[in-house]
Amino acid sequence: MTTEPLVLGIETSCDETGVGLVRGTTLLADAVASSVAEHARFGGVVPEVASRAHLEALLPTVDRAVAAAGVAPAEVDGIAVTAGPGLAGALLVGVAAAKAYAMALDKPLYGVNHLAAHVAVDQLEHGRLPQPCLALLVSGGHSSLLLVPDVTDDVRSLGATIDDAAGEAFDKVARVLGLPFPGGPHIDRVAKGGDPAAIDFPRGLTGPRDPAYDFSFSGLKTAVARWVEARERAGEPVPVNDVAASFQEAVVDVLTAKAVDACREHGVETLLIGGG
Amino acid sequence: MLLLALDTATPAVTVAVCDGARPLAEHTVVDPRRHGELLAPGIRTALQEAEVERSALAGIAVGVGPGPFTGLRVGLVTARVLAATLGIPVFGVCTLDALAEAAALRGEFGVATDARRKEVYWARYAGRHRLAGPYVDRPATAAGRLDGIPVVGAGAALYPDAFPDHREPHLPSAAALARWVSAGRPTLPPAPLYLRRPDAVEPGRPKRVSPR
Ligand SMILES: [Zn+2]
Repeated sequence: MTTEPLVLGIETSCDETGVGLVRGTTLLADAVASSVAEHARFGGVVPEVASRAHLEALLPTVDRAVAAAGVAPAEVDGIAVTAGPGLAGALLVGVAAAKAYAMALDKPLYGVNHLAAHVAVDQLEHGRLPQPCLALLVSGGHSSLLLVPDVTDDVRSLGATIDDAAGEAFDKVARVLGLPFPGGPHIDRVAKGGDPAAIDFPRGLTGPRDPAYDFSFSGLKTAVARWVEARERAGEPVPVNDVAASFQEAVVDVLTAKAVDACREHGVETLLIGGG
Repeated sequence: MLLLALDTATPAVTVAVCDGARPLAEHTVVDPRRHGELLAPGIRTALQEAEVERSALAGIAVGVGPGPFTGLRVGLVTARVLAATLGIPVFGVCTLDALAEAAALRGEFGVATDARRKEVYWARYAGRHRLAGPYVDRPATAAGRLDGIPVVGAGAALYPDAFPDHREPHLPSAAALARWVSAGRPTLPPAPLYLRRPDAVEPGRPKRVSPR
């Protein structure tokens, strides 16, 4: 009888301590501890705060995942850990912990690229990925377009943001509009009551000479702040719903247009969208 | 009692395997930027040289700082995970105590390590007994409160004007850490002594972007 390997996965690249136990492509359990509340008053993730939280959360989160999966640590066949990209001090906590598990359990250790992991997570839902596929990853930490011939050993970057990640732009625009951190859900909520075509905000890096698959959201964020300031200076009320909806439209417009262009150019029929 | 001892709170990554107070193997590398890379191989090497199987370990001793943040966490998370997975206890030791143990001075003396940003972590001892500290202060402030007694540790050697009577050792050794624990001296939970808050400022109003 053969059973598929049991892998313990550890992820600490940003503000969440994530632990998963997977057998083959079946997720047995996952547990997450988040330090997002501790970052809220700073308007963004503070690396040192995140690193401190990872140290405290790591063991309890692994214990929770192991208990929920109903396995014993000794049954684990291998350890996987996010090796980057991410916050250096935060990554270091997860990697050191993963090495210690590998040493204590005498099992192999695998370093995993965080972006590839975002793509691979789809396999837990939908089984094996079509090869090749194209992935658009959008979050507070990244905005990337990847061509994925094989998620375990061939993931190619087609483009990424040259300044802010899309999620960072959401956080910054939220501040301008007086909305809480993290900005994404709040902008999305107020945007529902606004007109996405009300204001024609700029679409970054979409000129004929711009790199086809890179993104830029810094100029957009500044344009929104300017627009809001001009309103305030004129003593007029700021239509928060319209600003949020038009900003969100500008972001999504660029992301989807570039993703679809990339699919066409590379003859790929499956677009995977991830982030979180 | 077979102890694995380690400390990553200073530029030294130091690992020892000891039988009680007797070191069987010690492995120390000084490189402030590579704690994450050096610790696991250091543990492996020390266990091999001592010819000790990890399943034979009865406890882990870990330096809890004070120390600059990033490296300190590497040692603590490693010690916690190893101890939990092997099912053995973990003993935290103030890193300055390990230096005091190694200094083996009689009478009163100070211990100071480099806290960066022109500050030192320091404490005051009488023999192996910690009288005051650990604190983080400017060298002159610490020196003022150590009023001329000998001071061991790299923090003293780094500021000879403040600490004219500075002595060896400069960096902690894991063997001294193990000795501290096996002698039954006071230990701490395996939690970091940061002594400083994270550098972060709460944002004010968003900055203006339009020209006036
Ligand atoms: Zn991510």
